[in-house]
Amino acid sequence: MSRSATAILPGRRGLAARLADALWRHPRLLLLLMLVLPVSWLGIVYLGSLASLLVQSFFSIDEFSGLINYQFTLKTYRELLIPANLDIIVRTVSMATAVTLAAVAVAFPIAYFAARYARGKWKAAFYIGVMLPLWSSYLVKVYAWKLVLAREGILTWLFDKLHLTWLLEAYLALPVIGGNSLSVSYSGTFLVFLYVWLPFMILPLQAALERVPTNLIEASADLGGSPRQTLRHVILPLALPGVIAGSIFTFSLTLGDYIIPQIIGSSRLFIGQAVYTHQGTAGNIPLAAAFAVVPIVVMGLYLWLARRAGAFDAL
Amino acid sequence: MRSDGNRAAPLGLRIAAGAGLLFLHLPILLIFVYAFTTEERSYQWPPPGYTIKWLAVTWHRPDIWEALILSLKVATISTLIALLLGTLCAAAVSSARFFGRETISLLVILPIALPGIITGIALRSAFNLSDIPFSTWTIILGHATFCVVVVYNNAVARFRRTSASLVEASMDLGADGFQTLRYVILPNIATALLAGGMLSFALSFDEVIVTTFTAGQQQTLPIWMLEELVRPRQRPVTNVVAMIVVLVTFLPILGAYYLTRDGDRIAGAGK
Repeated sequence: MSRSATAILPGRRGLAARLADALWRHPRLLLLLMLVLPVSWLGIVYLGSLASLLVQSFFSIDEFSGLINYQFTLKTYRELLIPANLDIIVRTVSMATAVTLAAVAVAFPIAYFAARYARGKWKAAFYIGVMLPLWSSYLVKVYAWKLVLAREGILTWLFDKLHLTWLLEAYLALPVIGGNSLSVSYSGTFLVFLYVWLPFMILPLQAALERVPTNLIEASADLGGSPRQTLRHVILPLALPGVIAGSIFTFSLTLGDYIIPQIIGSSRLFIGQAVYTHQGTAGNIPLAAAFAVVPIVVMGLYLWLARRAGAFDAL
Repeated sequence: MRSDGNRAAPLGLRIAAGAGLLFLHLPILLIFVYAFTTEERSYQWPPPGYTIKWLAVTWHRPDIWEALILSLKVATISTLIALLLGTLCAAAVSSARFFGRETISLLVILPIALPGIITGIALRSAFNLSDIPFSTWTIILGHATFCVVVVYNNAVARFRRTSASLVEASMDLGADGFQTLRYVILPNIATALLAGGMLSFALSFDEVIVTTFTAGQQQTLPIWMLEELVRPRQRPVTNVVAMIVVLVTFLPILGAYYLTRDGDRIAGAGK
């Protein structure tokens, strides 16, 4: 070959083309340009707000004037730890735990069926069947449950038709979980939480179950494992990241919700309601901020553990 | 050899899965019945009679129209912001491995992973400290922040499926970066962006928790509904609005599903 073609083409003309070439040659610059907007938005708007919340929790409120005293103090945190407030925290965390456990139990069969047995049309139907409730309006869902649980509503009617009214009444007579009617009891709050957050558990769980290799299940069966043993020792451990990913949602969403317990439930407060009342009518923003720090700490621990367990790959 | 594909599911599993799906859907169906009830004062079941009178009453309520228009406006602008930020972030995270990459994906998820009330009160206290008055724009600021993650999730999934060699091929064939963006990258991710945008729209249209903290006097449709739930004024009108909201949100969800169904199934995962 007499004339060797040059491997490097001459630079293109025109400002836009030269810019494009420069970006291609300096991928770090391109990366920086792509990241600067989203990171500064999330950094300033979101992390900035979180920081200002944190700062406010170290201020205190003057009991006489009701004005915020902009001095560093731990007084507000001492106030947070009085028994009445600890009750609220314990109540909320227990509710979140109960809802999460129940969500795993209800979501598992749906996710398992959708992941391993549903094919073609059925698979699409299952997917849509989970997506529609997930994305329909939160308030409409809560409202629907107000209709379901109302004393004159469909559930009471159903128990009556089945001649089981005595059972419902016996249940409502139980301490703690019972109440005057389902719509003003912890059971009602629990049901609505479970209903509203259930799809958040199904989707990651299904994704994790789909990633369990079929040949491992077959190997387990070949080695003499019963279906129950296979489920316990092969499928569940492999699906655990999905469970954790789902539980991040169910746990966190329950921790922070203040609308569901306000509309359906007893008058006893949850963390979200405490935050809302303290910042609103009481005007005690420092205490509200301190209350808001509780779910942040709980979720921070939770997310850190989840990340170590590799749950974010299943999101 | 048997495989799962041609084996029927155990009966217990089928019943549990079916019951779970019914649990998810029956309450929403109830809304459609209640929208036509003649009962005004209670939630009586079964409804004593059916009427379409309340559709007309709802149509002539100016407060509902105002709330609806504000909601549409907020959802549109927040979605546009989220589309820009989410796509950029997804492109960066999926195109390279760099220091802090994990932190950035965590940062994007954070506004959704932390309870909404935290986002709400954090924004509110920031507005208070910096003396920003509440307006439509403070609502949008909040909504855009948590909508980013939806767009990001959809875009990241699509970028992961789009082979990097396509971009290299385009460059080898002489296209510059902008041409590659216009003719190779954008057509590839367009449907994922559309799906992410639709879901982000639905998310913003429906948001209430953050909005209660970032809105001043303005009422979005969810805030209007919340008022009605806490202090019912005209129950039948609320029933009708609830039904309309269900119908309106179904369309973008189904649309997003059809746009992303082949391949990346995670259109809505991680709302």
